[in-house]
Amino acid sequence: MSSLTVTDEQVSATPAKVIQPAWVRVMHWINALAMILMILSGWQIYNASPLFGFSFPREYTLGGWLGGGLLWHFAAMWLLMINGLAYLITGFATGRFRKKLLPITPSGVLHDVRAALTFKLGHADLTVYNYVQRVLYAGIILVGVLIVLSGLGMWKPVQLHWLVSLFGDYPTARYIHFFCMAAICAFLVIHVLLALLVPKSLRAMIIGR
Amino acid sequence: MAKRSFLIPGVDKRLLIKDSIKTMPDVSRRRFIAGGASLGALTLLTGCDVIDSSSAEEMLKSVSKFNDAVQDFIFNPDALAPTFPESAITKPFPFNAYYDLDDAPEVDGADWKLEVRGLVDNKKSWTLPELYKLPQVTQITRHICVEGWSAIGSWTGTPMRDFLKLIGADTRAKYVWFQCADKDGYNSPLDMRTALHPQTQMTFKYAGEILPRAYGFPMKIRVPTKLGFKNPKYVVSMEVTNDYKGGYWEDQGYNSFSGS
Repeated sequence: MSSLTVTDEQVSATPAKVIQPAWVRVMHWINALAMILMILSGWQIYNASPLFGFSFPREYTLGGWLGGGLLWHFAAMWLLMINGLAYLITGFATGRFRKKLLPITPSGVLHDVRAALTFKLGHADLTVYNYVQRVLYAGIILVGVLIVLSGLGMWKPVQLHWLVSLFGDYPTARYIHFFCMAAICAFLVIHVLLALLVPKSLRAMIIGR
Repeated sequence: MAKRSFLIPGVDKRLLIKDSIKTMPDVSRRRFIAGGASLGALTLLTGCDVIDSSSAEEMLKSVSKFNDAVQDFIFNPDALAPTFPESAITKPFPFNAYYDLDDAPEVDGADWKLEVRGLVDNKKSWTLPELYKLPQVTQITRHICVEGWSAIGSWTGTPMRDFLKLIGADTRAKYVWFQCADKDGYNSPLDMRTALHPQTQMTFKYAGEILPRAYGFPMKIRVPTKLGFKNPKYVVSMEVTNDYKGGYWEDQGYNSFSGS
């Protein structure tokens, strides 16, 4: 094997810019797994006492019965909460949230939504989020916080009574928990669809560039 | 209390048979495994058998034990469950069990005696008239079922901690274990700190009337800091003990502490 010689050309050919740093990628995929486990086990729990006139199909529930669903839900919640907390702390501490998600202006959002719907939204520079992305990502972080808080309140309505009071009462927290889940599912559909439409964004979330 | 869940069609039969063979003798374990086997949903998603049902079961059991410890740690013995005005009471208050109302135990109040066992000074059994003579208090609190629904009710009876004092119970013991007259035998352990909680009650009345059969005549244990299945009805005996003796639902996989 010949030894490598460093040429000027190689030096100038700097590696592609890192779009998603390692911590974002790791936490993103842990979160994806935790969310799916929480949603599928949550549907199992929902089916035990449906809030509305429908149940989730059994094939898309986790745990086999209520008891199994609860075990999954209260196991995956640790994964979701610890990973989510680490993500929030790192996101704020590194300034990533501020740099990537702000500012969000109504005119910017309107402009980019219109562009997206007519397939004119550019994706040349993946390091800068467009306004559709900013709104969706900031929004889903808020929903994530809300679903964890309402869930904690439902889990401990006496010990964390103040948390339940924040939402009104126990049954209201239950509805909020459900609607947050629905919002996350809607986000998931759009998110996956858009990632498939712009595959290099998916690649960036896997290998970073 | 919650409805009993049975094996339901849609479970991967090969997995089920495989698991059932090795666990045949134990009904509760079989039902739990059915949960693991129907992880088919996840297997389909990932395209591989990432979750072997028995190792998943072990993992989930350990996490549930960890959750028991966490809940015991954050349990504040002075934190009271919220109370409500009479106007907030849910009418009708739901009957809920793993059997129909027709199959609910019919206890003869004249024959019934509460048996007291274990680490207590006075093991005498108590008749209903004797128990009715004890000082009683009323609470209007929210009953939260493990299934997710909740209902507000009015319960009247003797605080459990007063009774434990009266019978000279060793309150350093870990559990008070209840046995009930439900068919198939219902039982449930209550951790001592919860048993001593000011709102934990030996309940004799619902909405000011003698406890009806639907709600657990002659005596239920009302524990507003626990999920409904840890509020046993039709109680026939209580035992103060350091041993974890399991419970009807706890043995099938419901989290044992299940605190609110």
